[in-house]
Amino acid sequence: MNWDKKDLLGIKELSREEILLVLDTAESFKDISKREIKKVPTLRGKTVITLFYEPSTRTRTSFEIAAKRMSADTINISSSTSSSVKGETLKDTARNLESMRPDAIVIRHSMPGAPHMLARILDSSVINGGDGAHEHPTQALLDLFTIREKKGRIDGLKVAIIGDIAHSRVARSNFFTLSHFDTEIICSGPPTMIPPDIEGIGVKIEYNMNKAVKGADVVMMLRIQKERGGISFIPSVKEYATLYGLRKEHIEKAKKDVIIMHPGPMNRGIEISDEVADGPYSVILDQVENGLAVRMAILYLLIGRES
Amino acid sequence: MKILVKGGRLVDPGQGIDAKLDVLLSGNIVEKIDKNIPEKDAGMKVVDASGHIVAPGLIDAHAHLREPGYEYKETIRTGTMAAVKGGFTSVVCMANTDPVNDNKSVTEYIIKMARFEGACRVLPCGAVSKGLKGEELSDIGEMYEAGIVALSDDGKSVKNAGLLRRAFEYSLLFNIPIISHCEDDTLSGGFVNEGAASVKNGLDAIPSIAEEVIVLRDIAVARYVNAPVHLTHISAQGSLEAIATAKGRYRKVTCDTCPHYFSLTDEATLGYDTNTKVNPPLRSQKDVDAVKEALRNNTVDIIATDHAPHEFTSKDVEYNLATFGISGFETAFALSLALVHEGVLTLKELLGKFTVNPARLLNIPYGTLAPGSTADLIVFNPSIEWTVDAAQFLSKGRNTPFSGWKLKGKNLLTIAGGKIAYRDPLFKKA
Repeated sequence: MNWDKKDLLGIKELSREEILLVLDTAESFKDISKREIKKVPTLRGKTVITLFYEPSTRTRTSFEIAAKRMSADTINISSSTSSSVKGETLKDTARNLESMRPDAIVIRHSMPGAPHMLARILDSSVINGGDGAHEHPTQALLDLFTIREKKGRIDGLKVAIIGDIAHSRVARSNFFTLSHFDTEIICSGPPTMIPPDIEGIGVKIEYNMNKAVKGADVVMMLRIQKERGGISFIPSVKEYATLYGLRKEHIEKAKKDVIIMHPGPMNRGIEISDEVADGPYSVILDQVENGLAVRMAILYLLIGRES
Repeated sequence: MKILVKGGRLVDPGQGIDAKLDVLLSGNIVEKIDKNIPEKDAGMKVVDASGHIVAPGLIDAHAHLREPGYEYKETIRTGTMAAVKGGFTSVVCMANTDPVNDNKSVTEYIIKMARFEGACRVLPCGAVSKGLKGEELSDIGEMYEAGIVALSDDGKSVKNAGLLRRAFEYSLLFNIPIISHCEDDTLSGGFVNEGAASVKNGLDAIPSIAEEVIVLRDIAVARYVNAPVHLTHISAQGSLEAIATAKGRYRKVTCDTCPHYFSLTDEATLGYDTNTKVNPPLRSQKDVDAVKEALRNNTVDIIATDHAPHEFTSKDVEYNLATFGISGFETAFALSLALVHEGVLTLKELLGKFTVNPARLLNIPYGTLAPGSTADLIVFNPSIEWTVDAAQFLSKGRNTPFSGWKLKGKNLLTIAGGKIAYRDPLFKKA
């Protein structure tokens, strides 16, 4: 299996083989972060720009550390420090950045398709770090990596994804990864937050959360996407927490060895209770750790090999 | 000057004609149609239409010429040049210019510019409400005196149903139709059709009910005051079902659709090509099928272009930020001929939706080649294959999702008001 894509724009564009290649490549990078000297020369002389138009803690830090551990030079640009506040278009910003010859640009943007637009006009590799409610491919890859690591397999699993499905790029990307495997994908949340057409991409809808988590091997919780208007889709956050907050009683309905996932940031007491978030089934911090290895793998596959 | 269009197959749905007939134009008037009209006058110009089809000049009931105010998108000059290239000889231009065409000065300006610079007839549509704001009626009577043929707040619906009622009532005085843009903005607010494609591309979506509920409302209001209502750029299956039902009990309902609603589905938006961004949005396959069926069974009376030219920079941005609209004059008729090739419509039926039907809607004496009528005529060939190249557009707007498409059928010659307004390079010299 060879990787021949210039960009990572979404999971939708990836084959099952390409997804597995990323996971297998990430396996080999995981060990680096456990060494005393956490650095390899793989990306020496390469430049990676992170261009973030939306807030981020995990994704940007993860990309930056991933790049640095592979000896790349990294530059971070966020919308408050960029020329977008002076009225420069995204296209012009990107072309100007490209004039400084970066090898990869990681972009996060509130508008779906923004990374695709850049990929069309830039020679650099473009990595989608989350585009609106569309995709967040590296998150889904690290989620799948974590599932495979904890469960030892992907096929045959029942995965419940619960929350604001309509506005979640994490949900979409996870649907696209999981549907390449023999998995049962259930989504749950208030009907206002689940587009009915989602069944067309191989996802089952179960509005009742108690039923959705029944017998699940993996439960993935999502937050309400307030920045995309999620609040107006429900009567109140309090009611949401009652109906779709993950508590211990739900865990008892799932498989005995269920794992609980969350892409972060968590809203404790809303979609997840403290006892679950910090409990024995939670793999939430493992996800963050694995994110590093997966992003190293992506950078390696896109810009790390001699062409 | 006399022009004899000789040897072609004349298809004129207004007269129920589909036969090999010559057409003699004398100045601005159709002098006669007959078999084998001899070319005796020395000054007579002869157009050899043999092997081609001759039809009345097409009427576009819905276009945006952008002048005054948005001359960087299109002017009356460039817009009408694109129109005649596409076979149109009468174009209704919407009121969302700057300033808005809500008073007689703007109407007069458009008519004057069209007289000086237009390649074909321009028929202004006046705004229903001042500034398209939906708050108070525009100067409807004065605009009518100046020459408007219809009323529309196109670009949005008249949100205030009370004002809409008054507009329908008031329009009865002048016998001009109200053209309804059907969109409930509390339901829309997105960029693409809500459905399987929007689930995949994550773009904020516009559900088909945003159109359907206004279709139902506007018909109900019009029917209550016994006024005609024309529902424009209809795209959704539910809307068409509502219109078909309404037509069964109220005969003053008409509607149009546009070529992109039967040529493309929302799958085209998956690659974030901003040229696919149009309002209403490209719908699902089942909507496309419903539009075709509604064209076939005459639920849809008219095909309009909704020609909406935009400058390149307004489309060369993120999908959310891009302008809505497709530059349609130069592809509309050829895209529509596919309906004939597919067997959805006969050629006569298709031409009816471009000629006699819009003429009837607008109460204008065009769209036919009956002797004594205005000399608006096209010669086209439904079999010529050509490839759309937006760079070759005469319109300033190159915003088309059809660039690179191979189309079958081409307009070759347009005579507008007795003058040759467009001659295609493929058409042999007369």
